[in-house]
Amino acid sequence: MFRWLTQSSAYLVLIILGSIFLSLVAGGWIAFETFGFSFLTTEVWNPVTEQFGALAPIYGTIVTSIIAMLVAVPISIGIAVFLTELCPMALRRPIGVAIELLAGVPSIIYGIWGLFFFAPFIQRYVQPELISTFKGVPILETLFSGPPYGIGILTSSLILAMMILPFITAVCRDVFETVPPVLKEAAYGLGWTTREVVSNVVIPYTRVGIIGGVMLGLGRALGETMAVTFVIGNAHRISGSILAPGTTISATIANEFTEAVGDLYTSSLIALGLILFFITFVVLALARLMLMRIEKKAGT
Amino acid sequence: MALDHGRYRRRRLRSTITVTLCWLAAALGITILGVILATLVYKGFAGLGLQVFTEMTPPPGSDGGLLNAIVGSLIMTVIGVIVGTPIGILAGTYMAEYGRYNKVSSVIRFINDILLSAPSIVTGLFVYEILVRPMGHFSAIAGAAALAILVIPTVVRTTENMLLLVPNTLREASSALGMPQSMVIRNVAYKAARAGMITGVLLAIARISGETAPLLFTSLNNQFWSTDVNAPIASLPVVIFQYALSPYEDWQRLAWAGALLITAAVLTLSILARWLGSSRTQQ
Repeated sequence: MFRWLTQSSAYLVLIILGSIFLSLVAGGWIAFETFGFSFLTTEVWNPVTEQFGALAPIYGTIVTSIIAMLVAVPISIGIAVFLTELCPMALRRPIGVAIELLAGVPSIIYGIWGLFFFAPFIQRYVQPELISTFKGVPILETLFSGPPYGIGILTSSLILAMMILPFITAVCRDVFETVPPVLKEAAYGLGWTTREVVSNVVIPYTRVGIIGGVMLGLGRALGETMAVTFVIGNAHRISGSILAPGTTISATIANEFTEAVGDLYTSSLIALGLILFFITFVVLALARLMLMRIEKKAGT
Repeated sequence: MALDHGRYRRRRLRSTITVTLCWLAAALGITILGVILATLVYKGFAGLGLQVFTEMTPPPGSDGGLLNAIVGSLIMTVIGVIVGTPIGILAGTYMAEYGRYNKVSSVIRFINDILLSAPSIVTGLFVYEILVRPMGHFSAIAGAAALAILVIPTVVRTTENMLLLVPNTLREASSALGMPQSMVIRNVAYKAARAGMITGVLLAIARISGETAPLLFTSLNNQFWSTDVNAPIASLPVVIFQYALSPYEDWQRLAWAGALLITAAVLTLSILARWLGSSRTQQ
């Protein structure tokens, strides 16, 4: 009896994932049927004429995530190296806990903080500098053009970076600890510097795990909703400038779902949700596979 | 002794630069946490007063508090935890005790890990499809269901990990006394893993109490006092979302007060969970 109870609960986990997938397919069906493949390739998003294309939110989701990764990954690895190799023993726990608490702060807090504190800060001090510095430089000029709104793709990306930083740091720290001390001792014994030990021993040994952690962070960044909704500006267009407002899949759903009138509008938003779920599923599955590989290595 | 001093110095310099950058990265991480907390306390205290806990969410321009939102959050969190925790514990038990070495458990573990970091707004869409649409209206039940789905993976993970830490000799000893396996699990393994399992539940509560996205279109919001679980209900995160994006300054002040409350609750819970977890492993 008890065994049966535990077993059916375990299967329930599988059923939940399956039914999330099925319900999103069912909910988004009308949109896919109406627009077909062009749903993925058109930029138009017009509730009045009931024309919906997912390209702008998909673009925003991917671009904000990529910029967030570019910022967060080096910093996370730096913190993880600091925590495992450099930090004095007495400070290790408090600093580790502080970084973990950063992961616990709810995303709506990042949102309100981003809107009232971080975006004005970026608008006043960072964006004007970027615009004037890169004026005249090809490519970069377009990337940092337009008026400094404060809110937009860049600000969202930076806030995303802060939010995923603790997750990547935690994974990196854990995998760095799987490096056998004897390897590092041997390297130091040869007279290697700390930098050489980290880049020639620690990082190659844990590469798969680091990539797993990075993918885990990417999965989070792709799906993050509230913080982005506050600061992205919610504009359904693709702009060459990362200072311009944009939108992401999750921000579009959060902003428009309760206001969506008509089956086609609702269905298009659910179809967006399905796309998001699919992308994050693939990324997170890859992350888990990589982390499982390093766990196996640590076990033997 | 033909030591190449120039090369040695270059290597030392590069190392020093790397080490300094790592120190700076750690400092940056702590600075971010510090700035966020400082902003919250500074802005949140301005709006925090007794009326926050005793009055309803106001229309713009008049005084009010967050009482209905606080109560709504509590109701949905409690239902979500009550529904999600047993399922999570039972599923974790199956994976650690009955199906420790079989394929199904590793598939479930894999899927569970994905659910753990899947976007919570997708959970909201799912509950909208299976509960809100058939029922025809937003409700506290739907909100609580979405939160319960978020509780399960966290509890499964910690329960399984904690049960795996229980030494097998304990199980063997009680089996040798003639206990059936279900009794061994309930009377021996659960007892040994209790602190860790409570940690998991605390972490799950911490996670769902700040969740906003899955509530936006399940429980919606309600400006008035309501404890009816079959009707739309207010919750702190959704009120913060709505008030922070509004142009009214008194609404924004209330949003900050709510943000301070949630963060204080969530951080207290996670520190408590960590403390409980670490006191368990030190024994």
